[in-house]
Amino acid sequence: MFAFIVRRIAQAVLVMLVISVIGFAIKSAVGDPVRDLVGIAVSVEERMALREELGLNDPLPVQWVRFVTNAVQGDLGHSYFFKKPALEVILKKAPATIELVLCSSLIIVLFSIPIGIFAAVKPNNFFSRLFMSLSIVGVSIPVFLTAIILIYIFAVELHWLPSYGRGDTVRIWGFWDTGLLTWDGLKHLVLPSISLSSIMLPLFIRLIRAEMKEVLETDYIKFAKAKGLKLSRIYLLHAFKNTLLPVITVGGVQLGTMIAFTVLTETVFQWQGMGFIFLEAVERSDTSLLVAYLVVVGFIFVLVNTVVDVIYGLVNPTVRITGRK
Amino acid sequence: MDTLLSVENLTVKFRLRQGDLTAVDNVSFTLGRGERLGLVGESGAGKSVTGFSLINLISKPGFIDSGSIRFEDIEITRLSDTAMRKVRGEKISMIFQDPMMTLNPVLTIGTQMIETLRAHVGCSRRQAEAIALENIRKVHIPSPEKRLKQYPHEMSGGMRQRIVIAIALMASPGLIIADEPTTALDVTIQAEIMDLLLELCATEGVGLILITHDLAVVSQVTQRIAVMYAGRIVETGDTQQIVHRPKHPYTQGLLAALPQHSNRQNRLNQIPGVMPSLIKIPPGCSFHERCDLCQDLCREQIPQLNEKSSGAHVACHLAE
Repeated sequence: MFAFIVRRIAQAVLVMLVISVIGFAIKSAVGDPVRDLVGIAVSVEERMALREELGLNDPLPVQWVRFVTNAVQGDLGHSYFFKKPALEVILKKAPATIELVLCSSLIIVLFSIPIGIFAAVKPNNFFSRLFMSLSIVGVSIPVFLTAIILIYIFAVELHWLPSYGRGDTVRIWGFWDTGLLTWDGLKHLVLPSISLSSIMLPLFIRLIRAEMKEVLETDYIKFAKAKGLKLSRIYLLHAFKNTLLPVITVGGVQLGTMIAFTVLTETVFQWQGMGFIFLEAVERSDTSLLVAYLVVVGFIFVLVNTVVDVIYGLVNPTVRITGRK
Repeated sequence: MDTLLSVENLTVKFRLRQGDLTAVDNVSFTLGRGERLGLVGESGAGKSVTGFSLINLISKPGFIDSGSIRFEDIEITRLSDTAMRKVRGEKISMIFQDPMMTLNPVLTIGTQMIETLRAHVGCSRRQAEAIALENIRKVHIPSPEKRLKQYPHEMSGGMRQRIVIAIALMASPGLIIADEPTTALDVTIQAEIMDLLLELCATEGVGLILITHDLAVVSQVTQRIAVMYAGRIVETGDTQQIVHRPKHPYTQGLLAALPQHSNRQNRLNQIPGVMPSLIKIPPGCSFHERCDLCQDLCREQIPQLNEKSSGAHVACHLAE
């Protein structure tokens, strides 16, 4: 198991290096740090001197190594708009995004597992057919449309829930602004989380149902029945544990995708998270902030996938053995 | 010997789009307590379906159409789902064909053994574990304590089939149905598993229904044989008698097809033609299209199982 974890971490580092190359490429191709630092009034000679001083005339590989070295130490450049380190700007907005993704994941897990299992066990039941039809509709409606429809129904017409912002937040641990501890904050979370989960939830219901149906056809399920086990134990332990393996793998990738999807949801709901800041950075050509966002999201993506792989290893005994060798 | 199981006029059908298909047609046999019966026939003859119908676990769209299955004093065909669950694993156990597929890959051997007992008998985990250890010893697997914590993929095919046998014995059933238990294994392992099954049935006093297409295996393990062809039993009786003096032309053909040690160079004998599709079984004797002795009567009338001079019951108009 230890060797397996070490190998996964090594792979993760490699992926981060590739992301840094992409980030660096954007930085050197799109942005001009000199323009960010000084106004139009500075002469060409002074600009050249500044370029030399900042090391912008060095060969690209040298600059890349400098970029990575700084990045590892937490320096992803300065946001010229906020006049602050880019990483600081991003991390300040991270709790909002993480809480949003967390709530959506919770919705997905709570609904997809029971519905998926039910639809696999009773494929001809009226509700199974209903959920399957609804899930197709759910997958095909884009997030921003779902969001706007939800706002129209629950905020504009019914006045039940707020339509934008995070509401009241509380600061915990000295740096984390959470909306989970206030009633107002929770109310603000409802619509954005539902919108964000609207694509993934039907996808997961369908995935769990398909995998589970396949598992139910296997010999070991028939043998479990021949042993006289209760159906609940056969479905929830014997079949579901085998269903989980592929679902975890897909789930990890999708969790990463969901973080990327927050750009849309956060924009529609004016949710002050990383995705919202990213869009602002694009509008203002704030290159450093843009690259910082890319690197941070890439890092979260890789981190989540590595954790998922380790969990997969814990569920699947075959992987554990390979790691032991 | 008192009767453990008696099957009467069992008919199993599969509901297909083009109509019902009869997989098991009017099959009757009995089994005494501790007796070993071989169900022999080629693929598609209905032996496995017969086996699965005994614990009412036929894959969809199959169903028991008519007939009766009595086990001890229980009428299997009329049991509710809950009562049926109590019979499976506790009174009748099953051993499947491929040990690589029968054990759940993500649960430990211990879990899979213990749950079998705990599904039927109210006992603590510790007690169940003690019985599991004892059963692993019975199937001759070394270091039982270690095995309980292992997963199926850490064991070889032969080892897994031993575990499956140990699981089948967990709740001390009266009958084990073994559906081709050695077909997926190496020849050397096959003999070991068969010896083990034979030994355990004898020491534990468990009845055995051995489903196989291997006549050699059946003749070593079982006391009685029922030969199935196209969903019907065509010959049944004492194993030695049938192996040495077969009466039904199909059984004769099967035995003639076995390789002989004496004339090694010759081509193997074979029965001409193939078994008819179950969708259109010919009228009369289902074997008549492949039979050398076929007469007009065979094409018109289904032969009934009748006792012949040898003592075996044979479904053939011409056998004596």
